[in-house]
Amino acid sequence: MSDAWPVAADILLDVNDLVVHFPAGRRGMFGKPSKVHAVDGVSFRVRRGTTFGIVGESGSGKSTTAQAVMRLIPATSGQIVFGGENIAGFQGERLRQARRKFQIVFQDPFSSLDPRRRAGDLVREPLDLLGIGSPKGRDARVSRLLAEVGLPPQAADLFPHQFSGGQRQRLCIARAMAPEPDLIVCDEAVSALDVAIQAQILNLLKKLQRERGLTYIFISHDLGVIQHFCDEIAVMYLGKIVEQAPAPVFFSAPRHPYSWSLVAAAAPPGPLRTRLKAQFLVKGDPPSPVDPPPGCRFAQRCPFVIEKCREEPPVLAVTGPSHFVACHRVNEIEAPNFTASD
Amino acid sequence: MSPVLSVQNLSVAMKGASGIVPVLEHLSFDVAQGKTMALVGESGCGKSMTALAIMRLLPEDFVVTSGRVLLDGENVLAAAPQALRGLRGNKMSMIFQEPMTALNPLYTVGDQIGEVLRQHRGLGRRDATEQAIGFLKAVQIPAAEARVHAYPHQLSGGMRQRVMIAMALACKPKLLIADEPTTALDVTVQAQIFDLLSELQDDTDTAIVLITHDLGAVAELADDVAVLYAGRCIEKGSSQEVIAHARHPYTRGLMACVPHLHLGPAAANVQRELEEIPGMVPPLGARGAECAFLPRCAFAIDVCRAQPQPPLDVVDAHAAVSCWRHREIAP
Repeated sequence: MSDAWPVAADILLDVNDLVVHFPAGRRGMFGKPSKVHAVDGVSFRVRRGTTFGIVGESGSGKSTTAQAVMRLIPATSGQIVFGGENIAGFQGERLRQARRKFQIVFQDPFSSLDPRRRAGDLVREPLDLLGIGSPKGRDARVSRLLAEVGLPPQAADLFPHQFSGGQRQRLCIARAMAPEPDLIVCDEAVSALDVAIQAQILNLLKKLQRERGLTYIFISHDLGVIQHFCDEIAVMYLGKIVEQAPAPVFFSAPRHPYSWSLVAAAAPPGPLRTRLKAQFLVKGDPPSPVDPPPGCRFAQRCPFVIEKCREEPPVLAVTGPSHFVACHRVNEIEAPNFTASD
Repeated sequence: MSPVLSVQNLSVAMKGASGIVPVLEHLSFDVAQGKTMALVGESGCGKSMTALAIMRLLPEDFVVTSGRVLLDGENVLAAAPQALRGLRGNKMSMIFQEPMTALNPLYTVGDQIGEVLRQHRGLGRRDATEQAIGFLKAVQIPAAEARVHAYPHQLSGGMRQRVMIAMALACKPKLLIADEPTTALDVTVQAQIFDLLSELQDDTDTAIVLITHDLGAVAELADDVAVLYAGRCIEKGSSQEVIAHARHPYTRGLMACVPHLHLGPAAANVQRELEEIPGMVPPLGARGAECAFLPRCAFAIDVCRAQPQPPLDVVDAHAAVSCWRHREIAP
C-alpha cells in the first residue's frame, strides 16, 4: 500500500497491515495450535508533530501495537515505515541506530528504572550506548534534560526510590528524550499517577512537543485524557481498529457501537451519562483474543448484531472526512444524541 | 437515627526510627444506613489508612493515637480479638483494589464465599455452596452454578471483583468499605461494578465507605464526601455541594486538573492545557502544624503561614472547610 501511497513528507510513521500473533498452546494433545491474535491487520499513519492516541481495554492490542512499532516484539507481518524506511526488517546495528529516533515511556516508572543507578546515569545511559556527543557534552546534556523535565540539578545524584511517582515519570521522559528522538510512545504513561500529577506530566509532554516538534503515540484507556491530549484517535477492540478519526470529529459524533460503550462509561455524571449507559454500556468483560471468532470481533457484545456480523469481518471504511469505522451497519443504525442538555 | 459508622477524632501514627510520625490526624465522619461516604485525595493522603484503621487491619508499626470508631454504637478500636472476629466479615467487610491478590488462588470461589457463611452463620458445606450460587447470581455472574466451582485465575478481573463483592456482602454487613474497588479494571467494567454496588446498596441498605480518586464516581455514587490531604480532612459535605461548589483550593485544584470528557457539540471547545496543582503531597514526617496544603496553594498569604491547620469551618448544613481564606477566595 505504501507503494501506491508514497509517504508524504509530513507522515513520520506509516504502519501497514501490522499483524502480531502469539502461540498459545494447543487444544488437546492433537488439536490445532491456538494463536493469540493480539494485533490483526492494523494500519495507521501518524503526522509529524502530532499525537496519535490509541484507546481500548485490556486485550485490545494497543500496547502490543506500540511494542511492535517500537520493534520490542517481533511483528508476524506488516510494514512499519518510519521516516520513509521500512524498519520492520531492520536487524542488529541498523536497528540500534534507528532506535535513537523512537523511544518509549511505560506505565510504571518504578519498574522501568534500574533501582541501583543514579538518575543522572540513567539519563546518560542512552547517550553512552548510542555514542551520542562527547563524554563532556553528555554531562551538560544530562543536566539540560533534567531541567527540561522539571527536575532540580541535584536530582542527578539520587536513586529512583528517592523520587515520587511523578518525578520518576519525569525521569523516564528525560531518558526517552536523551537521544533526541522524533517519536515517543507513551504507553499508559500517566495511568498510574494521581490526577494532580497526571495533569503536570501531560502538560510537560505538551510543552516538550511544542518546543521540539515531537510526535507521540499515546496509549491510554482513559478517554478524557485521550481527548485532551491527542489530535487523532484510534479505538481498538480485540486486535483491530474499529474506529479512527481526528479527536474533535470522534468526540463530537463517534460512530461505532463499541465507541459508544466506551464513551458511555467515561461521560461525566449527569443525564447524558445515564442515558448513554442505559443504551450502550456493554455487559461483561472483553472476550479473549485467543482464536477469535470469524466476523466482527465485537459481534458477541454488540446490541445491534445481525447475522452478517457473525460471518463476515467488517473493514475499516471511510464514513466522513478522515473518519473511518469498521461496522457493517454504520449507515443503518441511528447515532445517539450526544448533546448534554436534556 | 444514629449512624451505622461514626468515626470520631481518629488519629493514626507510624512508629519509625525517628519517633512517632502522624499519618492521619483528627478525622471525624458519620455514615448512616444506606448511605455512601466517599473519601477522596491523592496517594499518601490517608484514605486507605482510614479504612484499615476502621477494620483494625493497620500494618505493624502503625498505631491509633486517638479517637473512636463506633460501629452500631460499639467501639471497634476497643473490641477484644474474639469480638472482632464477630465484627469483621459479619457486621463490616471490605473489598480491595486488586481482587486477584485478595482472593485465595487455591480455593474455588464457592469455597471462599461459603467460608464466610460457615464461619458467621454456622452453615454446613452444602448449604453454604448453595447460598454462594445465589450470591454469584446477585452480583450478576453468568452461569453461577458452574462458576461456583471455578478458581480465581479462571475468572476475569471484573468477575473476580464481583466475587469479592459477593463475599463481602454474604453476611449482609451493616458497613462495607470499598477501597478503590475499580482501579484495576477496564473502564466499561468499572461502570458496571459501580452500578452493581449501588443496586446492591438499594436492596441491602448497607452503609458504604468508598475510597476513590475518581471524582466522577463520587458524583454518581456518594451522598457525602470527605477530602483528605496529607492525613487531614480539609473539606467535607454533601457530594453534590462539594462538587458543585468546592471551597478548598485543593479540592478546586483536584477538580480542575481532571480532563473531563466533552461529547457532542461540547467536543469543539476542549481545553488543551490542563490546570495543574504544582508540587506534590508532603511526605510523612515533613508535615508541619500549619495548613498542609500551604506550599502548593496559590492563595496562601502570611496569615496561613502564621497559624496552625485551620479547623473545619462549618459553612452550612452541607459543607465544612479547613481554610483560613475560604470566604474571601470563594469563586
